[in-house]
Amino acid sequence: MKKMIFGNGQRLSRRAFVVNSATAAGGFALGLNVPFVDALAHHGKASEHNATEVNLWVAIEPDDTCIIRIARSEMGQGTLTGLAQLVAEELECDWKKVETEGISPSRNLAAKRAWGEMGTGGSRGIRVSQDYVRRGGAAARMMLLQAAADQWKVPVGELSVADGIITHGNKKISYGKIAAAAAKLTPPDPKNIKLKDPKSWKIAGKPLKRLDTADKLNGSKVYAIDVKLPGMLNAAIRDAPVFGSKAVSFDDSKAAKMPGVRKVIKVKDTAVAVVADTWWHAKTALEAVDIKWDEGENAKVSNATIKERLREGLAATENNGERRNGDALGAIAGAAKKIEATYSTPFLSHACMEMMNATVKLSAGKAECWVPTQNLESSLAALSEASGIPLAQCEVHRHDLGGGFGRRGGTQDYVHQAVAIAKEFPDTPVKLIWSREEDQTHDFYRPISVCKMSAGLDDKGELVGLHVRSSGQSINAWLNPAGIQNGKDRRQLQGWYEEPGDAQLGYTVPNLLIEYVMRNTHVPVGPWRGVNTNQNAVYMECFIEECARAAGKDSLEFRRSLMKNHPKHLAVLNAAAEKGDWGKPLPAGVHRGIAQFMGYGSYSAATAEVSVDAKGKLKVHRMVLALNCGHPVNPGQIAAQAEGSVAYGLTATLYGEMLIDKGRVTNTNFDSYEIMRLAEMPKVETVIVPTYDFWGGVGEPTICVVAPAVLNAIHAATGKPVRELPLKNVKLV
Amino acid sequence: MAKLNINGKVRDVQAEPDTPLLWVIREIVGLTGTKYGCGVAQCGACSVHINGELQRSCSIPLSSVKAADKIVTIEGLSANSSHPVQKAWAAVDVPQCGYCQSGQIMAAAALLKKKPKPTDADIDEAMTNICRCGTYQRIREAVHQAAGNTRAADRATRRS
Ligand code: FES
Ligand code: FES
Repeated sequence: MKKMIFGNGQRLSRRAFVVNSATAAGGFALGLNVPFVDALAHHGKASEHNATEVNLWVAIEPDDTCIIRIARSEMGQGTLTGLAQLVAEELECDWKKVETEGISPSRNLAAKRAWGEMGTGGSRGIRVSQDYVRRGGAAARMMLLQAAADQWKVPVGELSVADGIITHGNKKISYGKIAAAAAKLTPPDPKNIKLKDPKSWKIAGKPLKRLDTADKLNGSKVYAIDVKLPGMLNAAIRDAPVFGSKAVSFDDSKAAKMPGVRKVIKVKDTAVAVVADTWWHAKTALEAVDIKWDEGENAKVSNATIKERLREGLAATENNGERRNGDALGAIAGAAKKIEATYSTPFLSHACMEMMNATVKLSAGKAECWVPTQNLESSLAALSEASGIPLAQCEVHRHDLGGGFGRRGGTQDYVHQAVAIAKEFPDTPVKLIWSREEDQTHDFYRPISVCKMSAGLDDKGELVGLHVRSSGQSINAWLNPAGIQNGKDRRQLQGWYEEPGDAQLGYTVPNLLIEYVMRNTHVPVGPWRGVNTNQNAVYMECFIEECARAAGKDSLEFRRSLMKNHPKHLAVLNAAAEKGDWGKPLPAGVHRGIAQFMGYGSYSAATAEVSVDAKGKLKVHRMVLALNCGHPVNPGQIAAQAEGSVAYGLTATLYGEMLIDKGRVTNTNFDSYEIMRLAEMPKVETVIVPTYDFWGGVGEPTICVVAPAVLNAIHAATGKPVRELPLKNVKLV
Repeated sequence: MAKLNINGKVRDVQAEPDTPLLWVIREIVGLTGTKYGCGVAQCGACSVHINGELQRSCSIPLSSVKAADKIVTIEGLSANSSHPVQKAWAAVDVPQCGYCQSGQIMAAAALLKKKPKPTDADIDEAMTNICRCGTYQRIREAVHQAAGNTRAADRATRRS
């Protein structure tokens, strides 16, 4: 994807809208580069019912219902509930009367992005918005109290408030009754807003039930894939199986006569779509279209050739990003004991349960889109760019997503396709749904990489030198070339950084050299839950395990000895070890492994208990995940994310790989891209050990420790390291 | 024209005989709670009950459904989400994105009909639907809860 510059539409002409496919930071879309303006200001009328808008974040109905506005996307991660808890906490309203309202990107844009960025990825939903949403709640509370004080002619300082009821002596008034007066007041000076001490939280910080469960239980929730519009047509698409190749021609003589078919269309240079009355008709007819592809050189690429290229990168001398202190190569060369291992991890698809889809309706001077997206503003920008209709005349309708995992951020490829198709049918909504096969074969995959690790131990078994050289595909090179500076792509070192705060390596090694060498392929790559931390954690944590064993030391003690300068990492490791009963006896045949890592501003560690039977069959019995995310906003949902990260991470560990042959993905559905089921789910215990001095992410941090904890437990069980994933290809005994 | 009894209502549907029941339900009848996840009987997102039996509707052609067959979709499982499985799902806060949950709930309801007090092994065997959000642990807990199984409070979550 290329960088696109927008400048269309009069009201927008003063600004350049830079739409980037992915940010350097989180790997998800930047959206529109407009400054975030005063978040406390009023913005027109509340859109719902009789609600009075107190400020941008809070509208209140006469019956005391508090409507809390949400800008980020909800894809299952629970951000909607967490954000509402933060606002409600400061608002001091009655949680039972809280409802939420999603802000549309057009509304945000028209308000000069008053609700801030909408991109939802990089585990940023809460940690990046927490300050301004809490201020929004606090400002609304101050205005409501002031209005009551004015009405009763008493100093505001004499009032108290709880559960949305303001009290002064015998007098009481509820938020619903005073909201209209409050809305007329000038918002407080941001300098005078004092946020609560998290220790006194009553709504935030509690394991409250999600607000968005009811319609997921009875089939009434409308995902974008479920949208029904008058006169709507349906489209199925087949993009070039070999990435980067073209559709030369197609023969639709058979398909055109099939039931319900309206049109067979070439979409851009690379794809063919069938538009029909129903999606089933479209999909069936698409299978009858004979498409000629120009597959080019890429058709010669396979897993084997890619692996060859990556291995060559290990042997090469240049690098595209490094971290170094001391003289690692010298220290290893002179060490009493040398250890070396090469690991590899494959491409992975996201396999969101709701496959990619977008419904687009184009009319004169208006474009509308219904789409599951992790970045509503990127969807809006894609709709405008593809349709040629100015941003201000575009509308993207919000739908919660049936999973995201990083797939639905900046790229918006399906929106571009859906617009191209809808152009053929003016004034008619057309819904494009990808088949599972299309979804599996046209992802932006978790990149492939290999990593050679070398270490030296002194005669006391202490680590004196460590050399890490990873060779693999760069997400920035595919999605965000601006993230590569002077040929260096530091993002690939995620989790191995020296600097604290985001994804710091928790070990101090006297002589350390970490290198990344870029070896790109024709396979599209992008962020996948946890992004580079997943691979980098496997390499580092499995190798540290090998070093500990070579040194004859306990895995936990060996790690601890390297972590004296990293107390936060260490505390989380210790929490996992304690809750995971490290050192305590296990049933016969069960073995333990441990791992720790950092990403998305949070610290994670895990223990795993596994057994491997005589035939090499693995069972993961129990995992303990420890997390310090700074401020836990909803411990119940944090546990849910940790549990989910185990399922997503274990699926990758056990089964996940894309089979690339003749330039294309050949495992196209769940029969060949296996997904872990309930029976394989270990018992997961989540331990949250917050320190309340920073705000870290939740959705992604824990996944990276899942695979290494399990692999290290397998190492303990079999005495052999596992250096290659997925496990289904590895003989364990 | 075929006649289908869905959620107690008999409807005439116009579709080719080889159309999968899933797409008849979603596109012709217009009930979208039943989901498309794979189309090849792997994921269970499309699960419905036919005459009380759990079936993956993506892999059942319309021609094999008789007018007398009673089809129940998630929308028809209960009035007001009052089925014990739905109640347990809410109590345990099972859903994340929710996309797979119609199928999971239909599978759990079918299991409890056959085995009102399922063991963990029964749940392992019966609950084979895919959830990419990874709600499996809570699904297990909610099935036990719906069955009224008394389990030690080993809810695997420490809520600090
Ligand atoms: S859609 Fe029917 S089993 Fe997946
Ligand atoms: S809840 Fe998202 S796929 Fe199951």
